[in-house]
Amino acid sequence: MDTNVITEYLPLFWDALVITLKIGWQGIAVAFVLGLLDAAILHFQIPVLKRMVGAYIELFRNTPLLVQLFFIYFALPKVGLSLSAETCGWLGLGLLGGAYMAESFRSGLDAISQIQVESALSLGMSKGQAFYHVILPQAVSISVPGLLANVIFLLKETSVFSTISLMDLMFTAKDLIGMYAKTTESLFLLVVFYLIMLLPVSFFGTILERRVRHAEFGD
Amino acid sequence: MQNLGIDVLFKGTNFLRLLQGLWVSVEISLISVAISIVLGLVVGALMTSENKLLKAILKIYLEIVRIMPQMVLLFLAYFGTTRVFGWNLTAEAAAIFVFCFWGTAEMGDLVRGSIKSIPVIQYESAAALGMNRWQTHFYIIMPQTLRRLIPLSINLITRMIKTTSLVMMIGMVEVLKVAQQIIEANRRTSPNAAFGVFGVVFLLYFIICWPISRFAAYLEKRWA
Repeated sequence: MDTNVITEYLPLFWDALVITLKIGWQGIAVAFVLGLLDAAILHFQIPVLKRMVGAYIELFRNTPLLVQLFFIYFALPKVGLSLSAETCGWLGLGLLGGAYMAESFRSGLDAISQIQVESALSLGMSKGQAFYHVILPQAVSISVPGLLANVIFLLKETSVFSTISLMDLMFTAKDLIGMYAKTTESLFLLVVFYLIMLLPVSFFGTILERRVRHAEFGD
Repeated sequence: MQNLGIDVLFKGTNFLRLLQGLWVSVEISLISVAISIVLGLVVGALMTSENKLLKAILKIYLEIVRIMPQMVLLFLAYFGTTRVFGWNLTAEAAAIFVFCFWGTAEMGDLVRGSIKSIPVIQYESAAALGMNRWQTHFYIIMPQTLRRLIPLSINLITRMIKTTSLVMMIGMVEVLKVAQQIIEANRRTSPNAAFGVFGVVFLLYFIICWPISRFAAYLEKRWA
């Protein structure tokens, strides 16, 4: 391992980290919104929409992100829908994540017993109030471990972006290996940068998980 | 609008080649899952042990697998170890090694979770009935653990199949690579083939994974 090479490559990897994080968090934000929306639709059993959401979740949970990205990036332009690589990145990640987030949110919503709703309604709350003040806080605390696992999963999945020529960490490493054959140094930096990206998420995630658990009732 | 490349699939042996490509992924997943389940049972049982050193080592192993993308592990195995140790590793061997490394950790965690989820009262009741440790584990704990475990390990198969799509990145010719080849070969005669071919690949993955995950969900509900 050559330290000169590593210092030379460092800026390239920082740039790649910024791109990876940017697209990663955009995708995760989309996934959160989409997931919560889907979970609400499934929870309230809204007709027609419920079926569409169900089909969407099954379709995206049962196919790999790599294939989804290939479809969005290479196939959709053929029917006149051209998207930039960056848009494809966050859109693909968001669609995949939405399906996973929906399941996590839903398991939280379904875990709240009916008596909670009934009690809230009998106290004179409206349906919306009951959902917002009583159901949602409890559901979120149950969902948090699943949601965090999804966030880590999605950040890991960003490594697939390199296939649609986004200059993420994986792309940079692959490029450097291909051009200069500095395999050891590139792979070392690749591992280090993924640790930089994911260790804090994993660490703060564990703390957050412990904090929100206080909201739960002992049974 | 022109045709969308569905016809390309039925030219010559194209569709058969796609299926063969898919089989490459499925084969690697099945081998890896089989090995992972066996090793995972051992690792999971070890995780419940009281030995502090053993627990720490396994925790680090689990954390590595949890944080490192499978693609990075693949690159490390295929490009990294071959460079550092100077051995020859086929892409297939590297892939199976990595997916076992990953699957064992996942499976181990599932096993640990299932064992931990058995309430203490089960152990105490068995002891009260005069069973010894071996009997308790074999007749009381194991059957309950397995019931929780089987749907989860079936789910692991679908995750494995989805993740093996990554082997394309270390130069294996699997379904996506075959799809690219077919599209390239027919670029002049049907420039829109990408839509049809990638669409079919998308559906093929769904057709394989969906029934398996439905089956797992069914078992989970039935045995819950």
